[in-house]
Amino acid sequence: MIDKLILMNGYGAYVWSAFSFTLISFVTLYFVTKLQLSKEQKKFVVKFGSLNVEKARVARSQNSNREILLNTSKI
Amino acid sequence: MFKYFEPNKIFAITSRAPKYVLFLFIVILTIGLTEALILSPEDYKQSDAVRIMYVHVPAAWISLGIFSSLGLLSLGSFIFKNKNFALISKSLAPAGFVFNIIALVTGSIWGKPTWGTWWAWDARITSMLILALFYGMYLLAWKIYEDKEQVIKVTSMIAILGVINVPIIKYSVDWWNTLHQPPSISILSNNSIHVSMLIPLAIMTAAFALFSLLIFLMKYNTELIKIKNKGLNRL
Repeated sequence: MIDKLILMNGYGAYVWSAFSFTLISFVTLYFVTKLQLSKEQKKFVVKFGSLNVEKARVARSQNSNREILLNTSKI
Repeated sequence: MFKYFEPNKIFAITSRAPKYVLFLFIVILTIGLTEALILSPEDYKQSDAVRIMYVHVPAAWISLGIFSSLGLLSLGSFIFKNKNFALISKSLAPAGFVFNIIALVTGSIWGKPTWGTWWAWDARITSMLILALFYGMYLLAWKIYEDKEQVIKVTSMIAILGVINVPIIKYSVDWWNTLHQPPSISILSNNSIHVSMLIPLAIMTAAFALFSLLIFLMKYNTELIKIKNKGLNRL
């Protein structure tokens, strides 16, 4: 059973390399995208932290800003 | 109507959705891989080499679908002057490009045992390569141009020009003599593919569609946070 799955009637090298390439592409794209997102979230938090009390209050009044801060705390 | 899709209004959804989409993607992909690699039958002619179809075909479909969306959204961005369309297109493109590359590479791997060659300048393959070039130009334009108005114009032009290639890819197997077989799946007529192969193909397509949705949501959130970062500077 395992031999048949690995060898695939002599086509194993082709089948497994095609599936491996696809999965490696998925993992790479996912982590590159996640890294970019985390970078922007961190940048946002740093900028938010440097705001004075009044500006921070204005920024916090926007739902999307609150959402970013909420999600960033989970990174 | 577009006011309901304003980034600020949908951000609560787009920022929370990725974790659910990722979970669903992993479940569907696991089922799809089990079907594609273990449960589905081998082909009477191609034997187990046919299993490459379960990654090659969905990747090609999704890359074509995403580029068609880029074309439509770019047209919408021109007509309705809605910048959110450009933001959606920009977030969709990376997944489309990667799926295009996957389709080309897995097609090349499939070509060797089936046709005896890694590459042929056949109409379908060449038109898919041209699509990859359009994707490349589209993504590069976002990196090169800094002026917002200019980059939206340039990328929209690339997407609208590139979308002409989509029907060429679709009908290339009918219009020219190519190594590719005519379509096995049709919405309007009977499918020539057996249901035992159609089911894993459909599951893998659903998994790939979920993955492109996941990448789109993450990219879209990144772009929105970039805008919010600039907004903080203006406070």
